[in-house]
Amino acid sequence: MEFNVNSPILFLMVGIIVAAVLGQSVYFLIKAWRRGIEIGIKKEKLKKIASTAAVFTIAPAIAIVISVITLSKDLGLPLPWLRLSVVGSLSYETIAASNAESAMGLTFGQVSSLTASQYITVAAVMTVSIFLGIWLVPLVCKKLLSGMITMEGRDKKWAEIFSNSMFIGMISAFLGYVFCDLLGVFTGNSAGLIPVLVMFVSAVLMLLCGALRAKFGWRWISDYALPISLILGMASAIPITSLLG
Amino acid sequence: MKTQMSYMDSVHRDGTIWNLSMAVLLLLFPVLVGLIYGAGPDWHGFLMGLLATAPMYWAVGLIETFTYIPMLGAGGSYLSFVTGNISNLKLPVAINALEQADVKASSEEGEVVSTIAIAISSIVTTLIIIIGVILIKPLTPLLNAPVLAPAFAQILPALFGALGVVFISKNWKISIAPVILMLVLFIFVPALNAGTVGIMVPVGVVFTVAVSRILYKKGLL
Repeated sequence: MEFNVNSPILFLMVGIIVAAVLGQSVYFLIKAWRRGIEIGIKKEKLKKIASTAAVFTIAPAIAIVISVITLSKDLGLPLPWLRLSVVGSLSYETIAASNAESAMGLTFGQVSSLTASQYITVAAVMTVSIFLGIWLVPLVCKKLLSGMITMEGRDKKWAEIFSNSMFIGMISAFLGYVFCDLLGVFTGNSAGLIPVLVMFVSAVLMLLCGALRAKFGWRWISDYALPISLILGMASAIPITSLLG
Repeated sequence: MKTQMSYMDSVHRDGTIWNLSMAVLLLLFPVLVGLIYGAGPDWHGFLMGLLATAPMYWAVGLIETFTYIPMLGAGGSYLSFVTGNISNLKLPVAINALEQADVKASSEEGEVVSTIAIAISSIVTTLIIIIGVILIKPLTPLLNAPVLAPAFAQILPALFGALGVVFISKNWKISIAPVILMLVLFIFVPALNAGTVGIMVPVGVVFTVAVSRILYKKGLL
């Protein structure tokens, strides 16, 4: 059979794996939903959590579709569809595909057609290199979370501070990243200010949502404050970039 | 207590089955392509590609696993480590849901809420990618339009600006030191950028926990 990176059989195989991923998500959703009702969480509250999560996900998911389009130029559609539906991210997949292709004497972004052997090699490198988390979680998850429960039993206040510290640690790393090109401003490249200003706009919008809720009692606005701030913050990047970019 | 333990135990049991099955399924993809087309991998290319890619991502994966599990909860962890995009999507979704529901991550309510948020986010992401794949021809010029490119390039600043202002204002005492450290590092160390931010997350987490512990022991929190 002649190989083609967009062969229907590849679409079929990827479709089956993606269906399994959907199956796992639906299974855990139903399981958690039922448990939530059992322990007394109101259905309306669960629905709000679900709808906020869904709305919030739309913009980042569209960005993932753009990543699929970007990678499909070299790898066809099925492999990027698989890789970005399971585990992956654009930066990782690009590095993995690029390393695999250059190891075979190819240049990422300039490949017109892959042989079956090259395709398998790229797919295997992309899969195996990011494989750790999937099987490591079953090995350590229970023990780690039991440790958290033990810590909470010993000192409830510290357990809460510990949990908040983890979130703050992650957020601080991403806030630092926003400023990573700032020094360029002093050499005449104002593009480094774009992410800083977008972050600022988004933060102000979040505060504004909180103020509107406090002033007018609009509960819906606090439920959707994060997706609203995310989307309007992203939209603000368009005029900011045209001014500074 | 017994009911709670059995729910958590069932999450771990089911999560283990799902994740190991997904691991096998993912490995099967290149194997089956090889069998169908009667081709094998280019072993030299595979080993060299793996050597160039895997050491860093295995190290990051190891640290991420231990860092993210306590934040994601059990169900959220099993799902997130299969569906990916953890720091830029699944974790913010979970954090926002916990905030919205006003529950603690370590409580059973927190476990339920973060699992629901992550599951919904995974489903929506998967469905949007499917729609994108089906409609790729009409969507490509639209999504690649130069006018929209700046917006999609700034997802992380927009996301963490909104998320940061909420968490930092609520936990300002423990936020000062890590935010200053990360600003200094990212501004003055050229190697730190979009490609390395994932590596800095565990650094930020360990540093913040250490600073918080000192403040807590001194009675400042």
